[in-house]
Amino acid sequence: MNAPKTKNINTIQAINLALDDAMAADANVIVLGEDVADGQEGGIVGVTKGLSTKYGDSRVRSTPISEQAIIGAAIGASLMGMRPVAEIMLMNFTTVAMDMIVNHAAKLRFMSGGQTHVPIVIRTMTGAGFGTGGQHADYLEAWFAHTAGLKVVAPSTPADAYGLMLSAIADEDPVIFIENMPTYWNPGAPPERGVAIPIGKAKVLREGADVTVITYSRTVHDCAAVVEKLAAEGISCELIDLRTVAPLDEEAILTSVAKTRRAVIVHEAVKRHGVGAEVASRITEELFSQLKAPVQRVGARFSPVPFAKPLETAFVPQHAEIEAAIRKTLA
Amino acid sequence: MTTSPSSSTLVGIYRRMVLIKRNDERFLSTIKAGKIVAPYYSPRGQEAIPSAVSALLNTDDTICTIYRGIHDMLAKGVPSKLIWAEIAGKITGTSKGKGGPMHITHPASGCMVTTGIVGSSMPIANGLALASQIRGEKKVSVAYFGDAASNIGAFHESLNMAAVWKLPVLFVCQNNGYGEHTRYELTTPVPIAARGAAYGIPGIRVDGNDPVAIYAVAQTAIERARAGEGPTLIEATCFRFNGHVFGDADGYMQPGEKAAAMEKDPVPRFRTKLIADGTATEAELAALEAEVDQEIDDAVAFALDSASPGLEEMTRDVYAQELAA
Repeated sequence: MNAPKTKNINTIQAINLALDDAMAADANVIVLGEDVADGQEGGIVGVTKGLSTKYGDSRVRSTPISEQAIIGAAIGASLMGMRPVAEIMLMNFTTVAMDMIVNHAAKLRFMSGGQTHVPIVIRTMTGAGFGTGGQHADYLEAWFAHTAGLKVVAPSTPADAYGLMLSAIADEDPVIFIENMPTYWNPGAPPERGVAIPIGKAKVLREGADVTVITYSRTVHDCAAVVEKLAAEGISCELIDLRTVAPLDEEAILTSVAKTRRAVIVHEAVKRHGVGAEVASRITEELFSQLKAPVQRVGARFSPVPFAKPLETAFVPQHAEIEAAIRKTLA
Repeated sequence: MTTSPSSSTLVGIYRRMVLIKRNDERFLSTIKAGKIVAPYYSPRGQEAIPSAVSALLNTDDTICTIYRGIHDMLAKGVPSKLIWAEIAGKITGTSKGKGGPMHITHPASGCMVTTGIVGSSMPIANGLALASQIRGEKKVSVAYFGDAASNIGAFHESLNMAAVWKLPVLFVCQNNGYGEHTRYELTTPVPIAARGAAYGIPGIRVDGNDPVAIYAVAQTAIERARAGEGPTLIEATCFRFNGHVFGDADGYMQPGEKAAAMEKDPVPRFRTKLIADGTATEAELAALEAEVDQEIDDAVAFALDSASPGLEEMTRDVYAQELAA
């Protein structure tokens, strides 16, 4: 509250601020996960630093390394009206808790006929770039987006992370909140304190006339660099940051593509069976006859995330691939 | 300090047991008659366990149970007619017919979750207890599960977390001798109660056919939980009288095994005891049973006469906000 509005902050600080504000505003907000309390340094990158000191070890709990138990505890507490924010340190570790997430958190509202619901946030970080190999860096958002009952949020900037976290905590449904690890420390404009960013609303980052580039999470920055470069040669790209993978902001996507009549979807998750396929389908279902070119997709190679640096670097979407996909729609 | 159950408490336990037994008999006959089509996991033989435990619970104490959990729900107070309507897939059911027999939920009675996944009642029961603990309430939660669930990771993660956080939760294992078709000794090397020691919590094995013994064990566990001293693992031994699922032909059982187990049927045995020790008269119990039968008659009629949910229900309760059709 005392920080000058102009001072940049990073995503770690932004999420910390959102949790702090939410916990201050509502005693039902609790945080649990591995190492999240200050005795354990407030999380491995410090996202929850200071919270247990401020709000107590009862509301901010370091847990055993027991992902099922973490999510189960969050679900149970939420059924009693609490607002748990559960951290599953890395997105790959959600696999250990899939029963709790998919069979329970996602479905209890429906299976109870609306008598109960599970307003939890599952924070999880991921992303290639740190040489962590095949079990620490996957983007698994398509799995969750494919499950009725879950919402999936993937911010690209500190300010979006703050505003979307406030919305996720206030949301009446379970939200998977994906944080990109390699860009955690990148500074960005500070958020407006107390202002939530709605889930399910995309943001047009740059208006353009020739082709719509649709992306989210880390690849927003890659796409921004590419469209900037292309602008210099007169190619006008409209850049959309989805911010939320599920529910998709279909209106924003279709409005833009109806205008540009060309679309490219970019994400760090592997391309096959990814969110890009869903977005491309919706575009062709609604706008097929208006399209000037086939919709293009850019995603990671279809392999586990490799360790060796040249392979890891080549695994994620390259600027050249994004550029080539855009040019292909214009050819 | 534990206290012996009063006469009215004992009769209350018996009423729950009869309610479970007679509901079960009617479910089976109704399904056999083709009036209801549903997967049905009979709790016959396990009546005494939740009936005794529930006699010690308040309405706002909570339970998480499993697909074989109709007895747990009835014992906790979920109305028969709402259970019947849900099993029949009707809009008047607990879950508007959208959950079915494996997902009956009734928060007003404290029945928060029924899961079809072996072992998954326990992690969530911890969360119910966690909310109580954080808020400084005295509410306890009960996780019901079967013997086979003690071999899945969720059991171990849950007992460990509950122990380190001293959560006010009871882990009540209803050891009915079989996990699906496999005898539990083939999959489990120690008595399940012995596993409490691995987490530094009491692990107590009790005769699941003896409601008075279960009551005593549960009373200690509940008092311990309410006092902030943490969880207890209770293993109540019993037997499934109707196999794994409706239609089970018992082909995996030893000859005579089930017949021997049914000799110890907890319901008639407890009835005989109540009359023999003067807790209740034959006439009183007969009147109670007639009342139960009437409740079930009403429930069956209610369920069969109710409407199915409309297709519009498919877009409701997926999220807080209704989906576009």
